[in-house]
Amino acid sequence: MSQPVARHPGLNLGGAHGSTDAAAERLMFGFWVFLMSDAILFGMVFASYVTSLDARAGGPGPHDLYDIRSVFIETLLLLCSSFTFGMASLALKYQHSTRRLVGWLGVTLLLGMGFLGLEIHDFLSMIAKGGSASRSGFLSAFFDLVPLHGAHVTAGCIWLVCLVAQIARFGVDHWVKLGILRLALFWHFLDIIWIAIFSVVYLAGLT
Amino acid sequence: MPGGNVHLSFLDPQGPIAALQRVHFYEVLGVLVVLVAIPIFVLTPWFAWRYRYGASGVRYTPHWDHFWLIEIATWAGPVAIVGALAFLLWRDSHRLDPYRPLASTQPALRIQVIGYDWKWLFIYPDQGIATVGTLAIPVGRPLALQLTSATVMQSLLIPALGSQIYAMGGMVTQLHLQATKPGRLLGENTMFNGRGFQQQRFTALALPAADFNRWVQNVKTHGIPFSERTLAAIAREGSRADLTSALSRSGAAGELELTDVPAGFFSTLVKATMNDAPVHLPSIAAGDRPGHPPSGSAVAALASAPRP
Amino acid sequence: MSLVAALIAHPLGRLSLQSLPFWQMLQDPSKDNLINGCIATTAAAIVVIGAVVLVALITRYRKWRVLWSEWLTSADHKKIGIMYVVLALVMLARALIEAWLMRAQQAFGLHGGFLSPEHFSELFSTHGTIMIFFMAMPFLTGLINYVMPLQIGARDVSFPVLNSVSLGLTAAGAALVMISLVVGKFSTGGWFGYPPYTEASFNPGEGPDYWIWALTLSSLGSTFTGINFAVTIYKERAPGMWLRRMPLFTWTALCTSILMIFAMPPLTVATAQLALDRYLHFHFFTNGMGGNLMHFANLFWLFGHPEVYILILPAFGVYSEVVSTFSTKALFGYRSLVLATMGIAVLSFTVWLHHFFTMGQNVDINAYFGIASMLIGIPTGVKVYDWMWTMFRGRVRFTVPMIYSIGFILLFVLGGMSGIILANPSVDYQVHNTVFLVAHFHNVAVPGVLFGMIAGYHFWFPKAFGFRLDERWGKLSAWCWIWGFMLAFFPLYGLGLEGLPRRSVAYTERAYVPMEIVAFIGAFLVIAALAALLVQLWVSVRDRDRNRVTAGDPWDGRSLEWATSAPPPEYNFAQLPVVTERDAFTVAKEQGTAYRAARRYVDIEVPRHSALGPIIAAVGFAAAFGLTWHIWWLVLAATLALIGAMIVRGFARDLEKSIPAWQVQAEQEAWLQSVAATASVTRAQEASAANRGLARHEEIAGVIP
Repeated sequence: MSQPVARHPGLNLGGAHGSTDAAAERLMFGFWVFLMSDAILFGMVFASYVTSLDARAGGPGPHDLYDIRSVFIETLLLLCSSFTFGMASLALKYQHSTRRLVGWLGVTLLLGMGFLGLEIHDFLSMIAKGGSASRSGFLSAFFDLVPLHGAHVTAGCIWLVCLVAQIARFGVDHWVKLGILRLALFWHFLDIIWIAIFSVVYLAGLT
Repeated sequence: MPGGNVHLSFLDPQGPIAALQRVHFYEVLGVLVVLVAIPIFVLTPWFAWRYRYGASGVRYTPHWDHFWLIEIATWAGPVAIVGALAFLLWRDSHRLDPYRPLASTQPALRIQVIGYDWKWLFIYPDQGIATVGTLAIPVGRPLALQLTSATVMQSLLIPALGSQIYAMGGMVTQLHLQATKPGRLLGENTMFNGRGFQQQRFTALALPAADFNRWVQNVKTHGIPFSERTLAAIAREGSRADLTSALSRSGAAGELELTDVPAGFFSTLVKATMNDAPVHLPSIAAGDRPGHPPSGSAVAALASAPRP
Repeated sequence: MSLVAALIAHPLGRLSLQSLPFWQMLQDPSKDNLINGCIATTAAAIVVIGAVVLVALITRYRKWRVLWSEWLTSADHKKIGIMYVVLALVMLARALIEAWLMRAQQAFGLHGGFLSPEHFSELFSTHGTIMIFFMAMPFLTGLINYVMPLQIGARDVSFPVLNSVSLGLTAAGAALVMISLVVGKFSTGGWFGYPPYTEASFNPGEGPDYWIWALTLSSLGSTFTGINFAVTIYKERAPGMWLRRMPLFTWTALCTSILMIFAMPPLTVATAQLALDRYLHFHFFTNGMGGNLMHFANLFWLFGHPEVYILILPAFGVYSEVVSTFSTKALFGYRSLVLATMGIAVLSFTVWLHHFFTMGQNVDINAYFGIASMLIGIPTGVKVYDWMWTMFRGRVRFTVPMIYSIGFILLFVLGGMSGIILANPSVDYQVHNTVFLVAHFHNVAVPGVLFGMIAGYHFWFPKAFGFRLDERWGKLSAWCWIWGFMLAFFPLYGLGLEGLPRRSVAYTERAYVPMEIVAFIGAFLVIAALAALLVQLWVSVRDRDRNRVTAGDPWDGRSLEWATSAPPPEYNFAQLPVVTERDAFTVAKEQGTAYRAARRYVDIEVPRHSALGPIIAAVGFAAAFGLTWHIWWLVLAATLALIGAMIVRGFARDLEKSIPAWQVQAEQEAWLQSVAATASVTRAQEASAANRGLARHEEIAGVIP
């Protein structure tokens, strides 16, 4: 039995998917490159945050504002959603039923929206405690970094809904498969960024 | 008062820093002209003309695209030149660090500089005086400047004396200069800050020590008191000519001399700018009198102001 | 106030009659206001009348359909490349006129001049912004777009519709800068817009917002372009086109695109954070409340320094192609040139602090960055030497691109030298922010970037349009550029050493006047150079039948783009070439395998046209305009339309069309027949009407290798 050709890092669809597998090489490579530029973008905003830690201008700081329990639940939600998306990706690769694929995607969406809901709640309570972005340079940097990640997650959720709509319209066709592959990368990338946020912003801020 | 032309350039140095900068500039320029520019300026036209299409009696080697010796030379040459220049750079950056106090037998004269739109306020904290428009300095004595801005980023430069340094709101930068001969020197802001930018020029007056002391006495006697009203006029947008006409001053337009400057005014302004608060004269603490060195707490506060 | 009410409370945002360029002069007709108002109104009138005339001409000649279906919606890299270059040339014209105005003002600047300080500060801000983001970036993107896929033997870039979107974003940014001539005023903060001057507390008006959104649109376009080019070079190369067989222009395109991918994000972050400060009262760069303007300087120059290498590397690529082609000789030191290009790209990320040595940081930090900045001189020097050695024992032909190249070598070296001088912090402390700095960066940007772009324009114009440009007007333009540049900028070195700061609308030292006058004469020559370039285009179009080069190889070119017809077919190659060596086309000519029919003709898939590019352009412009003028309903509508367009695009399925094999065969055979019927020419006849695009390559056969 011949070795399957891995055309790009990450989950490859394999020979059973024919031309989709071949077309994925260029598209996935391009998407990896896009993620690299997005990583630099986040890197710059992380750098802004870290160099603004002392810029509290007498206002509230991490100990006054961060709710580690809520953040921990958000982390679990997002990590789970990466797992469920992984299950969706496997359902795609091994050509399980469309219902199973959409099911896993739906669970991912719910977990993602749960994450966003909790996060928005966190922001609102921070602002209620006087920790709004216009209070200090430190809070400006916080509200650049964490909502930037949240905006990316929101975009991912919208993209997910669109892919499900495309499945309803076209079935799991060539472009839907390529879309799911890219959204999977995007979703896992956001998970990694969240782990960095959890560590650098919340854990480091509260120790 | 020294007359004569205003000295515009470090190529006509009036102080030790500018003199060293001139030497360094010519060293680097010399190395580059001799080792880089002249060979390229000679070889390029020569090759282009000698090997022009239609030239007779020259070899034509259309596939010759590689020769180890030339490759090594083309890399080694620039590496050697940059290596030599790197040594000069390291040495002179440290010698000419604006933050490095100048070695001298005399104590440094402290001057605090505040950049406004579009004028400089020069405070002599140990003398309790300040000026807008003329920076008088004693010849042969090192100057220790501290700079900040009341508005946007600015940059103080007196080319004949030495380096420029940015003046930024809520922060304090330092500059060390010295004049070695009497004269009039160009001083300016090099960082664009609005429609009055080109008017933010002033004259630095290098005076022999006795003349300088007389000048200080003159300002103490004839200067106007540094009050909230004068501060408000200085802080208002405008050139120094606008300032003197607003204060209805007779005498040279754009020249203002102030006395009774409170000791902690500079650090008060830095802190206020850092907090987006309005700037007022500091209330005079018990024991602090204008013209006397500030109390320990003010000194400590300034020392801990963030060095950018 | 409810959200809906807030959205429609001010339907025109902060637009008002004050935003019109002539309003101030009508309200208060002082001499100053009249002069400045007339200049501003003339500029606005040119934009408005120009747009009206353009629309009228297109309507008159019934070209709307062609414009839409053949050009604006095209996903063909060649068409997109041409549109980028057209955009660049239009913006070049505007920015040069602005430069002339500034030189005129400074020539009369002793004690005043005729421009108001506000007007002057808008001019230097738009001049810099346009030249970098809307002239040089589109120019190099256009050249790479056109040439690189042909050079690697590909049919198109990897993401053709994304290419069109990038063009749309760039054009939208340019449109925003153009509309700022008609409504409102542009930023006065220079092309790098340092806060807190550009914060709302010091400049609450629309100026800095115009600047922020124009840059945002442009930087997004360039990020996508970088991704597109890099993936194309990695994934679309023809069989046998190994990386070490690629032409130098493609190597520089690769390094440039990697720089774009990594250098644009810091700019996006810096401008976005400034926007957050201005719109939502954040405190990234404000004086107080924990803001720190030094963060902006670091972020901006983390972008800004790689940016200038993004600008110069493609020009270096052009010079490599031009010098080897017009020396009738292989490029010397290929491996060194590639290593040097990579070295420059990597090192460009390590030097950003030299843009603010005077900001008060630790002397060891300054010294380190100074040495790092000088290190870039090493690979650059290697490149210059390799170009010189390419001419050695070659046969140098003084065509227009070669004149630009030789001018470049001589003049750019001086710019590099002044850069090395500036890299020394102790000297920089004297000349930073004086016109010495202005002279340095123009010395590298004009003979470096601009000459390279114009040389590339001349070099590849015959390939793109099928006829050569007029040589005489081209040479006139080149001479005017060379002398105009020298007269306009060498005096600035002296003026900077004499203490004149940059961005000075006026000065009081009589000593500055003579050099300012010389610089002004130079500005006239530069305008003459621009005029000559435009006349050249007109004359060339008029004489195009005389100068046709349909056989496709007017210069005896060395790389694969010359192996196609001029202009090439939409699919570039009837059969993808198989490459065995560097200088693939020269090798084919020498081995006699050039101009062969394909063994097999197959149907070729090419990307379908898409309206996504123009839609993103329109929507992007609308959003940016709305944000600038606080027209919130417009921002919301444009954002929704943007998301909608992307979603609709996701549902598109039929993305390619097929060009049938018989059509490919017919076109290929027609071209080969015309080649067979064409008389080949020696290089001596290269600039004459006898040159129909077929090179008599045998003239070098039998020569000592």
